[in-house]
Amino acid sequence: MNSMERKRFRHLRLWAPILLLWSLASVLHAQDQQPDGEDADTAMIESAPTDVEPGTLAELLPLLAKSNLRERAQLADAIATAGHPRSAAVLAALLKGQLHSIPDDPPRVVIVSAVGNDPDVVDAATGEPLGRASGVDSKRIPVNNLMRRQLRTLIARASLDVADPAAREAAVRELMGSDIDDDVRRLLMERAAVEDNATVREALVTAVALAKLGNEDPLVRIEAIRNLEGSLLSEARASLARIAANDPDPSVRKVAASALQSVQARVNFYRFLENVFFGLSLGSVLLLAAIGLAITFGVMGVINMAHGELIMLGAYTTWGIQQLLPGYIDISVLIAIPAAFLVAGTVGVAIERGVIRFLYGRPLETLLATFGLSLILQQTVRSLFSPLNRSVSSPSWMSGSLQINPVLSITYNRLYILIFGLMVFAALVTVLKRTDMGLKLRAVSQNRTMSRAVGVRASWVDALTFGLGAGIAGVAGVALSQLTNVGPNLGQAYIIDSFLVVVFGGVGNLWGTLVGAMGLGIVNKFLEPYAGAVLAKIVVLVLVILFIQKRPRGLFPQKGRAAEG
Amino acid sequence: MLTRRLLLSDPGGMVIIGLLLALAIAIPVCNLMLPSDSMFYMSTYMVTLLGKFLCFALLALAVDLIWGYCGILSLGHGAFFGLGGYVMGMYLMRQIGTRGVYGHPELPDFMVFLNWDVLPWYWQGFDMFWFAMLMVLLVPGVLALIFGWLAFRSRVTGVYFAIITQALTYALMLAFFRNEMGFGGNNGLTDFREIIGFSIQARTTRVGLAVLSAVVLALAYLACRFVVTSRLGKVIMAVRDAEDRTRFSGYRVEHYKLWLFVFSSMLAGIAGALYVPQVGIINPGEFSPLNSIELVVWVATGGRGTLYGAITGAFAVNYAKTWFTTAYPEIWLFALGTLFVLVTIFLPRGLVGLFRRWKKQESGQ
Repeated sequence: MNSMERKRFRHLRLWAPILLLWSLASVLHAQDQQPDGEDADTAMIESAPTDVEPGTLAELLPLLAKSNLRERAQLADAIATAGHPRSAAVLAALLKGQLHSIPDDPPRVVIVSAVGNDPDVVDAATGEPLGRASGVDSKRIPVNNLMRRQLRTLIARASLDVADPAAREAAVRELMGSDIDDDVRRLLMERAAVEDNATVREALVTAVALAKLGNEDPLVRIEAIRNLEGSLLSEARASLARIAANDPDPSVRKVAASALQSVQARVNFYRFLENVFFGLSLGSVLLLAAIGLAITFGVMGVINMAHGELIMLGAYTTWGIQQLLPGYIDISVLIAIPAAFLVAGTVGVAIERGVIRFLYGRPLETLLATFGLSLILQQTVRSLFSPLNRSVSSPSWMSGSLQINPVLSITYNRLYILIFGLMVFAALVTVLKRTDMGLKLRAVSQNRTMSRAVGVRASWVDALTFGLGAGIAGVAGVALSQLTNVGPNLGQAYIIDSFLVVVFGGVGNLWGTLVGAMGLGIVNKFLEPYAGAVLAKIVVLVLVILFIQKRPRGLFPQKGRAAEG
Repeated sequence: MLTRRLLLSDPGGMVIIGLLLALAIAIPVCNLMLPSDSMFYMSTYMVTLLGKFLCFALLALAVDLIWGYCGILSLGHGAFFGLGGYVMGMYLMRQIGTRGVYGHPELPDFMVFLNWDVLPWYWQGFDMFWFAMLMVLLVPGVLALIFGWLAFRSRVTGVYFAIITQALTYALMLAFFRNEMGFGGNNGLTDFREIIGFSIQARTTRVGLAVLSAVVLALAYLACRFVVTSRLGKVIMAVRDAEDRTRFSGYRVEHYKLWLFVFSSMLAGIAGALYVPQVGIINPGEFSPLNSIELVVWVATGGRGTLYGAITGAFAVNYAKTWFTTAYPEIWLFALGTLFVLVTIFLPRGLVGLFRRWKKQESGQ
């Protein structure tokens, strides 16, 4: 056992008795829980210095109904420390005078909403609706001014005591919107010191700084501004803008303005990064869709209009595998990759043997024949499955997003598809450059007669090459099934884009396809905010058309003998 | 002299012209004069259907002119057809006047719906018939001129040209789907009332439009025939067979191609303009890439490079489509797809080629 591990175990030894106690306590609480089923836990961590026993919200509320003013303050404290999800709501209602009691035995406590002549009544402990105020005989639980001040802090504390970090963050951001007094600020500072979630901690620090902005001393305000400069939260930016415009002290205004500028610059930078990522993500989709075409069209010179339908077959294979293995969503996508390659590749070989080999050297006829095939494939899928879209579920490891900071977050599925696209690209380049098959493929595409003279079976190479391109289209379908609807028309959406990418990048050049796809993706995403999605797409189409006029052989034209073929 | 050049050396064309003239006489006779229980009575539905086919045949003729004679495969000719149709649609929209749902004297319904209060500048003048007819020629023509000038000047040919024409029609489709464009967005232009004073629903108007389509198709056929039998036509065919050699012989290949492309686009525009009043609607679906490819298949099925083959193909495929989509809707795409494959592999010269081969065998025996 090395020292690292020992340390970890010491840690465990320290926490074990506490954990044990805590679990015992929650079992005990669970036993005497009210029939409403709301769970209540973690009641004893911070014991308030009062003569009121700590307890669950459901236990404390009847006591509150019967209490005098002094007890009431202590009970409020106990409610705040009860850590119940509704604690904050109950205290807020008490502060606003909306907490009423009904003299039953035991007395019930309800919240009467402030809206309307005959407002709604809900149970304080459960939030369960109890009808209208006219239907119940209730009495307001009064509070005095001293208690109101205390309550504000208690509400803040109660809302910060919940277990879910997202709820804590929401509570902090809620506080940012209101006036933060010194007590609450101190509470926030304490929390910031012990908070272990980075996002919540940043929010807490920002909230403290925001509170200090209201300080009379300009130096404190300037210090607060300095702190806010590090925050990317929108509240911080709004406050900085307000200070920069309205602060009585000109030097504070100046500092705030420069801070705002630097924050804005950072925000813009992250927005830019986000746009780049969206662009790359769209680019990776285009790359996956076009890369198979870069083989069949780019290397072999075959116009395969059924390429989109091969992608569709890949997507349907993913769906089929999920239907076969309903319990294994997380790995079925991984199984679908080779399966889709085989399905689409087999169909591809069949297309080459059955149709395309009769049409070599007649590109326009190939185009029409393969277009006919695409109609047949579409209709086959439509008749076999249904014209409706099929839903392919995402594995759990692909859902959610990577929150880098409040401005920048990256969804996992797009990230994985970007990586996957690059991996497929790398694999294809390796196959073409490093394998025997790739060597033969390039030989046949460069000089067919000579290759045959040295013993390459050109017709087999043709079939396998086409199968390879088709198989990659199928693999692209697996990725696309995670992003869009899987339906018979899936392929049509990508066919024109794919051709444009290949032509734009330069026919017969895989690297051109990569650069072309990523470039078009990024240009598209950067145009979108100005022009809207549809117009951006039109603009890109027109730009590519104009570009092809200028450079008919694409971004990276083939040079030398291969270019004349 | 001219008759001999246009018709006598072209037996297939003579048959087609004859049939078209017969149709132009038969449609009004069979629909308007015969009683509805007569064996030769032609229903109004049939009249409109024939009128539609005649427009498609004109479109196919336009494609055959550039593909069959100049080797330019345009997979975006549906765009010119659609533009001609939209121009006609704009004229018809302006003719609705106060009879629309909102009763606005100037603005079409969809503009009132979008809260527009003035007519956009590009809608001005379309209430005049002569102006609209001029635009039917000019709008597709100018687009073809710009697009073709850019493409042919930088020697974009073959497959590349086919793909960028696809992109062109795709871009137009996306653009016309936008409400902000001012062409009715998704719904397009519809609910037409009258055309130069005649009610668009009336039986006589429908018959008149179908007859007009037949006459225009016959005239267009003669015009195309005139082009391909002229000296210009010889150069154009030389471009198809050996573009570089023609260029090196001193011909400005781009100019010939551009001229022919613009002419063809105008024919497509006319086809669209005749089509819209007969079907009563034009929407962005007409620009869909599939339509443009399908029409190339009409030409391929009929047999390209003959002109009358294109007309035959358009009628044959569209008749089959109408029959299939009513009798067996789900297998129409199978049939169309199979047709694409079979025609390109086994019938490179189309139905016309099949007929010729059969005739040759007959005379050889």
